[in-house]
Amino acid sequence: MSLLELRNVEARYGPVKALHGVSLTVGDGELVAVLGANGAGKTTTLRAISGTVRRTGDLVFGGEAIPGRTEATAKAGIAHVPEGRGTFSDLTVWENLRLGAYTRRGGIKDDARRVFGFFPRLEERRHQQAGTLSGGEQQMLALGRAMMARPKLLLLDEPSLGLAPIVVNEIFAALERMKVQDGISVLVVEQNANLVLAHAARAYVLEVGTVVVEGTSDELRANESVRKSYLGY
Amino acid sequence: MRTRLWLELSAFVVLAAVVVLLPRFVSDFRARELAIVGMYFIALLGLSVLTGFSGQISLGNGAFMAIGGYTTAILSVDGFYGHQVRDLWTIPIAGVVAGIAGLVVGLPALRLSGLYLALITFGIAVSFPQLPKEFDHFFGGTTGKILNLAKPPFGLSTTANNWIYYLTWGIALVLLVAAWLLVRGKTGRAFKAIRDSEVAAVSSGISLGRYKTLAFGISAFYAGVAGSLYAIANAYVNPDVFPIILSVYLVVGLAVGGLDSLFGMIAGAALIYFLQNHADTVARWLNHLPALSLDPQKPGIPSVVFGIVLIAVMVLLPTGVGGLVRRLFGPLTTRLYTRS
Amino acid sequence: MPIAAFTWTEFAQQLAAGIREGAIYAGLALAIVIIYRSTRVINFAQGEMATFTTFIAWSLMNQGLTFWEAFPIVLAIAFTGGVVIERTLIRPVENAPVLTIVIITVGLALLLNGLMSLIWGGANQQFHGPFSTRTIDVGGVPISVQDIGIVAVSVLLVALLALFFRFTKLGLGMRAAAVNRDSSRLVGVRVSWMFALGWGIATVLGAVAGMMIAPVVFLDPNMMQTILLYAFAAAVLGGLDSPVGAVVGGILLGVTITLLGRYVGFIGSTLKLPAALLLILVLLLVRPGGLFGKVAVRRV
Repeated sequence: MSLLELRNVEARYGPVKALHGVSLTVGDGELVAVLGANGAGKTTTLRAISGTVRRTGDLVFGGEAIPGRTEATAKAGIAHVPEGRGTFSDLTVWENLRLGAYTRRGGIKDDARRVFGFFPRLEERRHQQAGTLSGGEQQMLALGRAMMARPKLLLLDEPSLGLAPIVVNEIFAALERMKVQDGISVLVVEQNANLVLAHAARAYVLEVGTVVVEGTSDELRANESVRKSYLGY
Repeated sequence: MRTRLWLELSAFVVLAAVVVLLPRFVSDFRARELAIVGMYFIALLGLSVLTGFSGQISLGNGAFMAIGGYTTAILSVDGFYGHQVRDLWTIPIAGVVAGIAGLVVGLPALRLSGLYLALITFGIAVSFPQLPKEFDHFFGGTTGKILNLAKPPFGLSTTANNWIYYLTWGIALVLLVAAWLLVRGKTGRAFKAIRDSEVAAVSSGISLGRYKTLAFGISAFYAGVAGSLYAIANAYVNPDVFPIILSVYLVVGLAVGGLDSLFGMIAGAALIYFLQNHADTVARWLNHLPALSLDPQKPGIPSVVFGIVLIAVMVLLPTGVGGLVRRLFGPLTTRLYTRS
Repeated sequence: MPIAAFTWTEFAQQLAAGIREGAIYAGLALAIVIIYRSTRVINFAQGEMATFTTFIAWSLMNQGLTFWEAFPIVLAIAFTGGVVIERTLIRPVENAPVLTIVIITVGLALLLNGLMSLIWGGANQQFHGPFSTRTIDVGGVPISVQDIGIVAVSVLLVALLALFFRFTKLGLGMRAAAVNRDSSRLVGVRVSWMFALGWGIATVLGAVAGMMIAPVVFLDPNMMQTILLYAFAAAVLGGLDSPVGAVVGGILLGVTITLLGRYVGFIGSTLKLPAALLLILVLLLVRPGGLFGKVAVRRV
């Protein structure tokens, strides 16, 4: 049984329907990618999972249906790193991390130490205001904050956006280590299909609010239309 | 879009018809009350242009009304180089004087926005009543100035109150058309652009300085005209005629009317007038509700009633009467949904 | 108007009085800023809420309680009242335009003002504060004990709040909710309740300000109206989203107004507020965000 299962999820922004029935699964310890062009509904899918946008349809997490409220999904063990990082720019690095563990008690210092282990640069800057960090460091902070919640599922929205390739590699390397060490599952939305397919086990391609192609990374890379539209060759 | 135009034109025709015919059906005193509603309406039209359309908050338009009122009073009583000016002719002069004051206020306002601007304009509202007391020789101090009672001109045979009613609403309708044309035209588009995004507006070549001060000037002009009419109707002015709270009431009326809905301002004007002056009537209506027995005479009841009604209106109609009307007629004039 | 001769003793006394005035403005300004920071709403009813709770204190004291016995009760009532008002009046319209919510606070102010007249009458009442009105000698300058007490209570309250916001999880949650609502929700902060908490705390601040100032001026339904204006001015001076600015702005404003009123001849009592606002306007032209506020620099 999968950790996360979406069945026919729909979502709308006011009168505009953004998701027309999305179904996908994420297994334990799996890194799954969601690909698609702008406006395909990738971000909306993540928002529907975390409860940021209202959804209809079934969402089963860890065998249980979850209510659509953001605070409830956070408590259930889903951590969402939104598009644009969503760091608290006026608060310090340490305070950002502390907030990541808001729904938990105890062991917070240890978790912070582990995050610093993944991202030593954050430790150097722990008392700095988050807004003064570089784009890459903010992404690390956003990831670190998500990790502080000890989530079972990590939702990542466009982690490579606006970052230099070397930084992106650093981040994805850290992600791999987290996946292996903590056994968390990751659902990544990315426009950089080449990058994410190198790390993902499976992927879904969204177009106009529905899944049009799904399969393992190898299958997608072999798929000619996917190659032409999203991989560029 | 065309449907909307027809709707607005028909609304205007209906309004004009009601304005013309109403005095036949109401008492003389009621006509006077409706005239004052009309004056609030004029002031609110100006405030709508400033806040609803150009996005600048002003908590000081009561002061511009006072400028208009005092201009009329001084010109009528002390006169201009010895000639007392006929009250009618003082109205546009009062508007212009207030308008110039508005332009002056608009200049420093350029550097401020949002609540900083609100506070400074509120400072004007607070400071202004002090001026007549300080320069009492010119302004008449706390006793103020007393004008001649308004009389219908050219020997028209109608009561004074009816005359004031028609004068006020006649001017109101003209100013409504003027505001409507302004808002639909290039200036209005510039205002809306500034309201929605100053950066984008400037990038499109709109001069912030020119349009923002212009908006202040226009709203002050309208307020000045309203104040002038009020002085004429009252036949006296003193600092208590245009108190500090007036500026707050104007913003209340603006919100109830629905910020950028010109027609909605009528509702806003009606609300602020009737809540101030007829709280007892409302109290009596409210007594029909079970478990409520409000003695309209006891002190504090008018404020309580005003407060309750105001809260209820804003909770039920968060976008004001104008917003409600748009929601009702919206499907007829469908717009593309914009994600905010 | 001739100014009496300048003495250092008197200057020190004026300064002390100014700081005391400023402490009151600071408390109310802090209340305004706390609510503004989180919800972008200016609570026009802040003053009336403060006066209302002060009247409750007065009633309790008339029933035989001492000031310090009534004090915690009133604070509890104030906190609860603030939370209840936020839940019932503000929360239902939280997606409405900000102006709408502000007008609701105007309605609330009118309602409370009327209620006070209704319940307690409109006449001035004597309020017996906890501090004696005698003076003690501070370095050769006679300073009123009451002034010292008022400033001490205000400082203590602000310090406690600062500790709360800085070092507790709840305080952090409130700060997060004020800075970034969406991200706060994502980490599980109950943003809506954080706002309610903010209102509760703000009402407590107002209650303390009211109970501190009531012995000095008379207690009547309109007691806080002018003070509220000064508090707005102080909050704007300090920068509307800066709690530190509110406190500093309050003290600065209190001192400036007191000194202006005493040493600049033509500024009698009627022109104090306009003079203060003019000074603030000048400051805002130079620093549009107030002393400590953040203003997105827009070079257009």
